[in-house]
Amino acid sequence: MSEKEIKNLEEIFEARIARDEKIEPKDWMPEKYRKTHIRQISQHAHSEVVGMLPEGNWITRAPSLRRKAALLAKVQDEAGHGLYLYSACETLGISRDELYEQLHSGKAKYSSIFNYPTITWADMGAIGWLVDGAAIINQVPLCNTSFGPYARAMVRVCKEESFHQRQGFEIMLTLCRGSEEQKAMAQDALNRWWWPSLMMLGPTDAESIHTEQSMKWKLKRKSNDELRQQFIDQTVPQADLLGLTIPDPDLKFNKETDSYDFGEIDWDEFWQVVKGHGPCNKERMSARVNAWNNGEWVRDAAMAHAEKKEKRKVAKAS
Amino acid sequence: MKKNWPLWEIFVRSKNGLEHRHFGSLHAADAEMALENARDVYTRRNEGVSIWVVESKNITASNPADNGEMFEPAQDKVYRHPTFYDLPDEVKHM
Repeated sequence: MSEKEIKNLEEIFEARIARDEKIEPKDWMPEKYRKTHIRQISQHAHSEVVGMLPEGNWITRAPSLRRKAALLAKVQDEAGHGLYLYSACETLGISRDELYEQLHSGKAKYSSIFNYPTITWADMGAIGWLVDGAAIINQVPLCNTSFGPYARAMVRVCKEESFHQRQGFEIMLTLCRGSEEQKAMAQDALNRWWWPSLMMLGPTDAESIHTEQSMKWKLKRKSNDELRQQFIDQTVPQADLLGLTIPDPDLKFNKETDSYDFGEIDWDEFWQVVKGHGPCNKERMSARVNAWNNGEWVRDAAMAHAEKKEKRKVAKAS
Repeated sequence: MKKNWPLWEIFVRSKNGLEHRHFGSLHAADAEMALENARDVYTRRNEGVSIWVVESKNITASNPADNGEMFEPAQDKVYRHPTFYDLPDEVKHM
């Protein structure tokens, strides 16, 4: 194809998206669109899968059967969400094995929040309330993104996720209505998860390199800073209801803007964690790599068994 | 021996952004013919923008007789639904 023809196709393509038309896997698309989507959808899928680890840590030690059932159901959902997203990503012409390889080699990223440890039960509450709360703010606009398979996966994810935040808030509420120690545990969890949750919504607009293009392709409907403000504005009143204090001395309601002003985010910490130096990066990666390597014989055995069954069927038929 | 044309299941995407949905089935000698016939049978009035044809024998369906063990276990897992969790009315945006 000549350069002029490609340019023409690109213009038609961008116009389709501007008209709110969806792009489907067999449609022509610019290479950059394909690559950007593979990067973002796989990063999203990896986050769901790695995100199971911090919570999986507490399944065997959940304080009641009710909490255990809920936590199991939540982690099970996350595995499913990883699957929907990997499948959507594979429609762009990349294999599941390649995607895993990118995660395991460190080439692909996942949400930096999962590199923090879950040291008390209250962390299960804080993750549901804050981390899932921030994730929902990120994900709801993606139900309308331009790439059909991604948008459809997100509709299912958002629908299923609606209980995740509520079960987390319920854990926090129960702890806050409990003993002094329980309330202190809830406050401690908020102290540790608040700032990483704000970072989870991504670098500030000034530092965000992909924003403009992503807005055009509807991979993003609002900027990181707008999403962060939205998250803070809806979460602070919830903390008040719990009787907990947000660990930010500069947090103050601003009557003029009708929203909260907040303190400086420690972006050095964010970039350290993104670059692999967070408290649990190594642990998370080795858990994933081990699961993959140790599961190899099971995958091979299942394939061998299927082939044997097929051979038997053919032998019987002839 | 006379060979019957195999059966094909037809899936149509009515517009970009929506999933392919099962529209029905038809007999055809091969995939190409199935696609052409599906076009004529199912999209004469602009019903679709994309068609998938799958030979019926390649679809493995669950048996309705197994519905109990397949689907009933989900019925008592109310904790998978948001309404299971007790939150005060004052909590907004959740």
